[in-house]
Amino acid sequence: MTANLVQFTLDGTPAQAPAGTTILKAAQQLGIAIPTICYHDYCTANALCRICVVEVKGARVLVPACTATVQDGMEIHTQSERVQRARRVILEMLYSTVDLSEAPEIEAMAAAYDVDCQRFPQAEPRRPPLIDDNPMYVRDYAKCILCWRCVQVCAEDAQYTYAINFKGRGYETQISTFYEVPMPESTCVFCGQCIGVCPTGALKFKRQYLLEIGYAIEEILQMTRSERGGRRRRAERSA
Amino acid sequence: MLTPDRIVSTVCPFCGVGCNMQLHIKDNFIYHVSAPFDSPVNHGNLCVKGRFGTDFLYHPKRITRPLLRRKPQKPGERTQAFDLEEWREVSWDEALDFVADRLVEIYRNYGPDAMAVYCCAKATNEDNYLLQKLYRALFRTNNVDHCTRLCHAASVVALQMAIGSSAMSNTAAEVIENDVFILTGSNPTENHPIIALQMKAAVRKYGAKLIVVDPRRIEMVDYATLYLPLKPGTDVPVFSAMAHVILKEGLYNREFIEQRTENFEAFAASMEKFTPEVAEEISGVPRHLIIEAARMYATARNAAIYWALGIPESTHGTANALSLINLALLTGHIGRRGTGLNPLRGQNNVQGASDMGAMPWHYPGYQRVDHEENAQRWERLWNVEPGGLNRRRGLTTTEILSAVGPHGVRALYIMGENPMMSEPDLNHTRQKMSELEFLVAQDLFINESGAFADVFLPAVSWAEKDGTFTNTDRRVQRVRRAIPPRGQSRADWEILCDLAKRIERKLGRRQSAYWDYSHPAEIMEEIRRGVPEYGGITYERLDREGGLQTPVWDEKHPGTPYLFAETFPRGRGKFHPLDYVPNAEMPDEEYPLVLSTGRVLEHWHGGTMTRHSWVDDLYPEPLVEIHPHDASTLGIEDGDAVRVTSRRASIVLRARVTEKTNRGVVFIPFHFHEAAANLLTHDQLDPLAKIPEYKAAVVRITKARPEELAGRPAPQPRGRI
Repeated sequence: MTANLVQFTLDGTPAQAPAGTTILKAAQQLGIAIPTICYHDYCTANALCRICVVEVKGARVLVPACTATVQDGMEIHTQSERVQRARRVILEMLYSTVDLSEAPEIEAMAAAYDVDCQRFPQAEPRRPPLIDDNPMYVRDYAKCILCWRCVQVCAEDAQYTYAINFKGRGYETQISTFYEVPMPESTCVFCGQCIGVCPTGALKFKRQYLLEIGYAIEEILQMTRSERGGRRRRAERSA
Repeated sequence: MLTPDRIVSTVCPFCGVGCNMQLHIKDNFIYHVSAPFDSPVNHGNLCVKGRFGTDFLYHPKRITRPLLRRKPQKPGERTQAFDLEEWREVSWDEALDFVADRLVEIYRNYGPDAMAVYCCAKATNEDNYLLQKLYRALFRTNNVDHCTRLCHAASVVALQMAIGSSAMSNTAAEVIENDVFILTGSNPTENHPIIALQMKAAVRKYGAKLIVVDPRRIEMVDYATLYLPLKPGTDVPVFSAMAHVILKEGLYNREFIEQRTENFEAFAASMEKFTPEVAEEISGVPRHLIIEAARMYATARNAAIYWALGIPESTHGTANALSLINLALLTGHIGRRGTGLNPLRGQNNVQGASDMGAMPWHYPGYQRVDHEENAQRWERLWNVEPGGLNRRRGLTTTEILSAVGPHGVRALYIMGENPMMSEPDLNHTRQKMSELEFLVAQDLFINESGAFADVFLPAVSWAEKDGTFTNTDRRVQRVRRAIPPRGQSRADWEILCDLAKRIERKLGRRQSAYWDYSHPAEIMEEIRRGVPEYGGITYERLDREGGLQTPVWDEKHPGTPYLFAETFPRGRGKFHPLDYVPNAEMPDEEYPLVLSTGRVLEHWHGGTMTRHSWVDDLYPEPLVEIHPHDASTLGIEDGDAVRVTSRRASIVLRARVTEKTNRGVVFIPFHFHEAAANLLTHDQLDPLAKIPEYKAAVVRITKARPEELAGRPAPQPRGRI
């Protein structure tokens, strides 16, 4: 990266940053927080959720701060009315289809942007059934906001395993294994990197899930412990 | 949504990478494990064992009360007791008094040579320090060793001979600064999964070229520029032929050789015979690949070598490691950032246990026991009368068991190890274990070794105690107590202090070696005083700064990310002339296949931990990997029951037909007591390092009847609640 500095203004304050710095990072350095959802410091930014959009004078559309870089002479507004409205609508649309009950950061954002969670009462919530196809973790895509972090850490951002990706299009889009095979039949190595980056609780340790739905710890340990051992012990008891 | 009672930062208890992890706890139950993204070790990543495999500590078979055998055991008639019916629950006082009485009695009757101890590369630095102190200061013996002998002993010996230090010379994350790196005798995607991620990134994102030299077609071959599929045990010819090419083509680093090495002439002369043609003949690696690899390594700006147990676990393991060290010295690819020699250590704390003197030839800090001034220094530190400490080198792990008998080792103390799974030629091990007069096991479970014991002392897991681990790149990190000990189990350091005080009293020692620690931090204070490399390590610093890479000479010293920038510990790096020595067993008509043993991603060593975890569901039974060509010759199909027979024993297990193993080589993981791979291996040792040849026993494979699978249930769909 070159040491060339570019000059710009951010919310009216003149500032400079090395060329190539994203608007998000430049703002952070100036102490201005831009909200993010799909963005993660240790994942590649893809500007999928658009919550980080900012207004750049002269630009036709709002630009995502996580991928757009600062340029000479840029005049950036992070809290203009247009920006606020865009963020509010994004959140309202998320609320209309996704279960965000385990995404405290998004809930806080909704409060900050004065979001009406019932803005689109006719919208059809996405409620696919919980997928429990492996011993280690469950996938509840009713909570998934398609931020893509799990797909990325499964690929080049960490694991190079490529077990999951998008399937379907538009409203039907969902994270899935190829041909929806159960996780143990995929290339998954059960590293759990995906759980580590999931922002909404869609991916969860099976034991945590069982604890949350009310099982006692001893019951959970028995339910999830080696089935073969259990079967053998049961066979011995009945013999 | 659950709110954790607390989130505890600690270090993963499995492999030597030393990943930082956070345990999320509710009602003392670890329900979620995360990793900090700002960790310099693992950047938020974990593997299946660290992420999911920590539940072994809740397993119902875990022993949480001290146990004594109901039936007194006699040497030669010692039996294994897995059933709790054969044990009696006792109080800690009774158990520790009994152990102290018996150990002191045997020490009085037979002297220091009758005493021996296996320390533990899973336990903390503090635990290991105390256990070797107990045996050295109280029982005056150096018969102290641990599983490092079975893993990197030959690498340690070779590095000591050539350089004078025996750890990884780089930080693992430096791999992204390599232009070229050689990976040999190592399968990091399964055994060092987080280092493997960094290696993959080095290739895919940072443009490094990877050369894999391995008898198995491991996953990293997919990322390699060159793959040299050598026959097991032909490492010296292949790497020496690379040296031959580098010498012939003048690609060596004259300046480095002149300024920092010695014995170049003798070495160069001995490389004369290793032409690429000769190496191809012996190793089966096409000569052009050897030549290309030599040029690629020698002409790189920054190059490094990474190896694991495929190099040392051989009867010529020291020579194997020397052949790699020679290459680094020849090209000067050591002592700069992104260059170096890196033995990837296996256990979470094998580096630390070695640093702590859990070895028969060294006090803590690799201070040789047969050097008078070292003995005197430790006598002062431990309040031992002048001349009290034993100056003779002790027995190694394998030698300890071989020496069991009426005039040899009588009493053995095992902290957390499982020689009945991890030693070579297990039938021999079984025989020797049964001949012991007294055996103490300190562990979580009654494993195959603990079942032989007279006394079982229930210790705690890593999540129930404080301490430090030292990972493969010499990083000392804090292990923190996350939950209280289960049942009556106790931290190893507490057990050892209580036991040592009893022994000291019974021996009537006038001065105590000191055992009144109230916290492991105080043990670290004592370690600092005796081990200069740990001089600057305090718990307060570890809590504030995170991990510190040894050597850390004083409290101001920042630690050492890479070694040998100015000089080698022995002064000049020494070249070693080499000859090709075949494996102790070579394939023949009767035993045409070479057996390699090792680990799989989902399991850990003897299985005491992972086979008591739900990750067992992911890899529930032993499998022998065989190449499709060999399988079709033998009429074996994937999933068939087969019998694998060596000169010592035979086991029955299912076959997995896969191109992951090359023709003529089969692979069996050694985690499974149902078909223990080490029944087949032999106990021929490397003459210098005393390490057994786990990677090359010859075997034959025949079809077996499915019912011979000893009641193992058919593979089942995994997963459902």
